[in-house]
Amino acid sequence: MGVDRRQFLKIAGVAALAGLGGKAAVDILAPGDVEASMKALPLTEGKRWAMVINMPELNDEIMNKCIAACHEEHNVPEFGDPKVEVKWLWKEDYHHSFPDHHNEYIDEKYEHKFLLLACNHCSNPPCCRVCPTQATWQREDGIVMMDWHRCIGCRFCMAACPYGSRSFNWGDPRKAPKDKNPDFPTNINYPTRSKGVVEKCTFCDERISKGQLPACVEAANKLKKNVLIFGDLADPDSNVRQVLSKNYTIRRKPDLGTEPNIFYIV
Amino acid sequence: MYDGGKIIIGLIIGIGFFTSPFFFNAGKAARRPEPELTQKAKDAKECVLETSYMKSSHMKLLDEWRQTFVRNDERYFTAKSGKVYYKSLQGTCLDCHSNKSRFCDQCHDYMGESPYCWECHIEPKESK
Ligand code: HEC
Ligand code: HEC
Ligand code: HEC
Repeated sequence: MGVDRRQFLKIAGVAALAGLGGKAAVDILAPGDVEASMKALPLTEGKRWAMVINMPELNDEIMNKCIAACHEEHNVPEFGDPKVEVKWLWKEDYHHSFPDHHNEYIDEKYEHKFLLLACNHCSNPPCCRVCPTQATWQREDGIVMMDWHRCIGCRFCMAACPYGSRSFNWGDPRKAPKDKNPDFPTNINYPTRSKGVVEKCTFCDERISKGQLPACVEAANKLKKNVLIFGDLADPDSNVRQVLSKNYTIRRKPDLGTEPNIFYIV
Repeated sequence: MYDGGKIIIGLIIGIGFFTSPFFFNAGKAARRPEPELTQKAKDAKECVLETSYMKSSHMKLLDEWRQTFVRNDERYFTAKSGKVYYKSLQGTCLDCHSNKSRFCDQCHDYMGESPYCWECHIEPKESK
């Protein structure tokens, strides 16, 4: 106790320069270790959370409401500068979201259609494999979780994520421009993050554990039902399984083998 | 003895310098911190665990809450009395002890502790 993250990193940095860090770094990064310790996590409920996004039903109003609900729930500030922006849920057009589905003659209405993107909570998450401190790991229910108390801001996970789902705090979120964030922090019951940590969507772990739907799904439901559908893939009778069996869906960059758990109805 | 006077003056200045922290702090230090209870805490009568444990080891409890909440998805804590608490720093501890500056900070300032939790966890708004 008594040493905070920044102090620790400074000390560790100096120690590494002095050559003391060498062995520890090798220990941390040995691949077998990371995998072995992941298995030791206690079982929660063995479910697999997933989301289906009904693309034809998405419109700007719904998407903006969803993003606002998410970012207000989790105190994600607006910096107004794409270089330092922090995002958990955001809009992107079809062409950039599904680069592998692109062809020159694709219907205009798809090409420029905007849709919602977030962390895909992959079944095979590359971010978790590279995290040296297990600050990000996969829960037994499939959620790719963040432990902000452990994040040292190395950003390996950001390099590993093929979807750009992770944001780095280049500055203190509480110092985000006041004119863009008049009410920040918007949810006093959820901590902000601090300078130097990575953040992303956690499928609203804090809401799910209380039996509530994720904030974005709740916001969408208020405007229109069945645009965002959240449920358990492991249960053959679940809402998501039924929607998936009746509709043609695609996932982002499936060829990479990450097994995303966000599905898009085309 | 050559320059005896200068040496003695030098010694006096030197001793004065080394003991200055004692003079500097004289009268100021040593006021025992007296953490104040809010009305809400008074009504509740007891803390999450025994007061003696809380006094000495609340950081261990917080550490355990943080660990089990985030990493094991165990979000509720059952006290000996059977009362169930949501394991939250700002939502539970600081709900009862909403006078953070006159409770937590009283002790911490005295001990020269400044937990970094508040870089992220949101301090309650206090009417001063
Ligand atoms: C880098 C930012 C950060 C720092 C610093 C930090 N926390 Fe947290 N903490 C969080 C976030 C974010 C959550 C919410 C996790 C979730 O709900 O998924 C959290 C959750 C918790 C929880 C459980 C839920 C809650 O609302 O309280 C406890 C207990 C906790 N932290 C204790 C601490 C303690 C004690 C410290 C200081 C020693 C600390 N934290 C420092 C970001 C931080
Ligand atoms: C239900 C209200 C309530 C909650 C929640 C609560 N406390 Fe307390 N706390 C009290 C009361 C009442 C006392 C005084 C008990 C006494 O005087 O015997 C107390 C005493 C303490 C003390 C000892 C103060 C002293 O006089 O030296 C500490 C430290 C403390 N609490 C920390 C915490 C922490 C940390 C949490 C969260 C894990 C917490 N409390 C949650 C009501 C609460
Ligand atoms: C009775 C005096 C007292 C009160 C009241 C008190 N603390 Fe503490 N606290 C301490 C002491 C002493 C330490 C340092 C212990 C150590 O370093 O081993 C400490 C350490 C901590 C730490 C760990 C700091 C670190 O750097 O890891 C946290 C977190 C903490 N306190 C939270 C709280 C909160 C929250 C409250 C108010 C609800 C509170 N404390 C009230 C005396 C107190």
